Amino acid sequence: MNDPTNGTVAPVRLQRRLLTVVAAIALPVVLGGCQVPRFYGYRGATRQGHDEFMLYAGTFIAAIAVGAFTGLLILWAVVRYRRRSDEMPRQFQYHIPLEITYTIVPILMVLVLFGFTVIDENKVDAVVNHPDVTVNVYAFQWGWEFDYPGAQVTIQGETSTDPDPVGPAGPSGPPCAPAIDCLGPGLVLPAGETAQINLRSRDVIHGFYVPEFNFSRYAQPGVLNQFDFTPTNAGVYRAQCTQFCGLYHSIMLFHVVAMAPAQFQAWLSAERSKNQPSPANTGGGNYPNVATTQNSPYTPVGGALSRRSTNRTKAPV
Amino acid sequence: MRIEALIMIGVALFFAMTGVIYWFWGYEQGGTVMLIGTTALGLLPGTYYYWWSRRMKPRPEDRPDATMEEGAGVIGAFPDSSVWPFVLGMGLFLVVLSVVFGLWLLAPGFALVVSAAVGVTAESRRGGTV
Amino acid sequence: MTVLAERPQVAHEHPEHHEGPTGILKWLTSTDHKVIGMNYMITSLVMFFLAGIMALFIRAQLTSPSGAVLSPQQFNELFTMHGSLMLYLFAGPFAFGGLANYIVPLQVGAPDMAFPRLNALSYWLYLSGSITMLMGFMVAGGAAAFGWVAYAPLSEPTFSPGSGPDLWILALALTGFSAIFTGVNLITTIFYLRAPGMTMFRMPIFTWNMLVTALLILIAFPILTAAVVLLFADRHFGTHIYTVQGGGVPVLYQNLFWFFGHPEVYILALPYFGIATDVIPVFSRKPLFGYKGMTFATMSIAALSTGVWAHHMFTTGVVLLPFFSLLSLLIAVPTGIKFFNWIGTMWRGQITFATPMLFSVGFLFAFLMGGLTGVMLASPPIDFVTHDTYFVVAHFHQVLFGTAVFAGFSGFYFWYPKFTGRMYRESLGKAHFWLMFIGFWVTFMPQYQLGLEGMPRRVATYPSGLGWQFLNRMSTVGAFIIALSFAVFLVNLWVSWRKPVPAGDNPWDAHALEWFATSPPVHHNFTKLPPIRSERPVWDFHHPESLTVRHDHSSGGTS
Repeated sequence: MNDPTNGTVAPVRLQRRLLTVVAAIALPVVLGGCQVPRFYGYRGATRQGHDEFMLYAGTFIAAIAVGAFTGLLILWAVVRYRRRSDEMPRQFQYHIPLEITYTIVPILMVLVLFGFTVIDENKVDAVVNHPDVTVNVYAFQWGWEFDYPGAQVTIQGETSTDPDPVGPAGPSGPPCAPAIDCLGPGLVLPAGETAQINLRSRDVIHGFYVPEFNFSRYAQPGVLNQFDFTPTNAGVYRAQCTQFCGLYHSIMLFHVVAMAPAQFQAWLSAERSKNQPSPANTGGGNYPNVATTQNSPYTPVGGALSRRSTNRTKAPV
Repeated sequence: MRIEALIMIGVALFFAMTGVIYWFWGYEQGGTVMLIGTTALGLLPGTYYYWWSRRMKPRPEDRPDATMEEGAGVIGAFPDSSVWPFVLGMGLFLVVLSVVFGLWLLAPGFALVVSAAVGVTAESRRGGTV
Repeated sequence: MTVLAERPQVAHEHPEHHEGPTGILKWLTSTDHKVIGMNYMITSLVMFFLAGIMALFIRAQLTSPSGAVLSPQQFNELFTMHGSLMLYLFAGPFAFGGLANYIVPLQVGAPDMAFPRLNALSYWLYLSGSITMLMGFMVAGGAAAFGWVAYAPLSEPTFSPGSGPDLWILALALTGFSAIFTGVNLITTIFYLRAPGMTMFRMPIFTWNMLVTALLILIAFPILTAAVVLLFADRHFGTHIYTVQGGGVPVLYQNLFWFFGHPEVYILALPYFGIATDVIPVFSRKPLFGYKGMTFATMSIAALSTGVWAHHMFTTGVVLLPFFSLLSLLIAVPTGIKFFNWIGTMWRGQITFATPMLFSVGFLFAFLMGGLTGVMLASPPIDFVTHDTYFVVAHFHQVLFGTAVFAGFSGFYFWYPKFTGRMYRESLGKAHFWLMFIGFWVTFMPQYQLGLEGMPRRVATYPSGLGWQFLNRMSTVGAFIIALSFAVFLVNLWVSWRKPVPAGDNPWDAHALEWFATSPPVHHNFTKLPPIRSERPVWDFHHPESLTVRHDHSSGGTS
């Protein structure tokens, strides 16, 4: 094989190529303010969610690297080794050192990934002994109930299509927005503090899923699932049921409202004082009349899917 | 027969190891039972094949230098055409449907199953079509 | 052990054939593995077609948030039946009932499968089971509507009353036994009916993969039968196995189901890996790279796959996360070995791109990405985010479509000349491939993004205003492109049937023993056989100047 450079220039060329590749990766990161790209995921609006995001981003980068490497090899093979003549190709069948290499290296890569996984998993699943708030969440066909045992407050809603007006600023602030994130009953949590969720189901298996928290967990009959959320900032986050649970699974929505702790306490007291059971469909206090499907941003299928919201505050049992 | 035996014994060993690790790591009953069952699934034929492989001369298909002439002759019985699989299949179909569509279907279903059992036994005794 | 009796040293004679039954009676009574294999392939392709129509309805409904194509009940029935037909009635039966039945006896040099009548029974049970499942659409209450997994308590009579679910369960009983019988048949054929000189490590990898698949069938399908029989008992005999009210444990269903369910997807994948492993060397004009490594990789994949079932249950909160995560991640290793062996086979070859090779290369790309997203899902924290979203839907469609459809069509086109003695139209084959390849990426890439943005699976509608409509629309367009490509395939079949072009015994200059038989093979397959001294007996026979190196090193060969 001819090598006009006599092999001397090759190392320099390789160096230059490596530098270009490193720059191509590092430059956007540096210019983007040292922030890892989102890779279509969420950065995580809770501490636990952010931990997950870092693992996700790292895994995504590794997956792209492996995929690009292997994909390019395949592409190279099918382009470079297209039939050019009738010459019989060399019939080699094995190369033990190479085969051992591509057995050992993936094992090592997988073990590293596993190590990071276990560390992250323990962070995400960790529950503290004394959370700031405890909420009992009950999933049922086809709605959610949020029960604050310490404060004797319960929020319940099913297949709701109307917005919950309680925004992240609290009961005295602007209503929940954007409307698309405010559908279904609202799970209100204090930002910056740790809320412990006790998740249960009243009938079939449901999935408690908050996309921007990078988290989901099954609600299963006979099982209590416990996990912590520590929201980092105030905000509103849409959520819905993620485990198929029957006819109206698609619209078993809810949302999470994180608000400053002081406002959270104010909201909790306001809810507790609104103790009376409200007549069906009108809610009480801050809750407006039920919006019909016409002005809802979420138009369910046909007429069969739309059911009236029953957002109301239940009297303590 | 040795490689076949080692495959089945390998299955048994892998699942025995996995079952032990799984039990002492997680104490979960359902999965452990299934892993033990799978161990048995490998152990039973595997030990049998291994025992036989020690006692028999390698068959022509075990020997890399065997010739086609060594495999000449009758290899086995390969029944050529037989109506009984169809009859048995349809009988089982009716039996299964009877659970949903009415127990009266058990009558024709069982009739077909029994006639297939009798028919295939008789056919095997006769030698069947070849 | 009568099968091991010493073979008589008598030249093999063909006994006189009396005229067997003709016409439809011949079809009903045939025990010939080739006829049965063909039956399976045609029936399963019909199931593929029906399930594909259901998918088109699903995608049509999801094109817009205010989609009114289907009611919620209809939607739930359709995605349940789409998944059930594809997984239980197409992908598996096409591979182990169709292709394996036809090809494995030929590849080992046997006259038929070990138990021909049992083989026929397998087919009739499969056909009955398929009809039983489809009957669900005709009963009051409609077909099963709880997803192809039928989790309890949703599948309990309180939440899923009616006969549709019962028919679904019974269909699984029938097709489950069909698969088990086929598994027994395959293992016995491979262990006992190989031709002289065909040692285990000279079998084609397709046959190796079918052996391992058959073992997985025996491990997995009885557990499925147990799981659904218990469910049936809950539904009809007053038991409370899966309901909390009677002291039952709902999560037991998931454990049982997935102990079947995960090996099941490898039962679906391994035969198709085997097809690619048979096709790629032929069209690279080289032997397979790393034959022994391939066999060990297959066995490792199968073994590991039986230990990872609860990675489908990471979000239940009651499974041992690190155990299942580690084993799931480890499966990437033997899969990677297979990939590098495929690449090594093509490396420095003389590659031609007939339709089978196009589909196999398409499979490589599809499975590469699908496999990598699988590695991501093996990590529980990442799975918490993506479980039950369209990310998973995209992942499993990539791997299943990549294997069952791309590699499946690769095998179909590859062996079509052997089955029929005719050649398909190459131009239509290429058109089929490119349309399907493009349609495939257009359908499933948007679904990854949808899943990461939070769109759950099994939903009949989604909120407007989240930006999901554009991606859903793109996915629907892709689905219709795939449908178009299938139409091209049907046209190809039609044209090559009506205007046949003879293909000859070995149009591809292929390697394994089936290419020594006539096209199609005669009754009991072979009138004569070449000497078997390597994994490529037919290649060695035709290319004595480029003999395959024998692994046993019994005599020299060029390398």
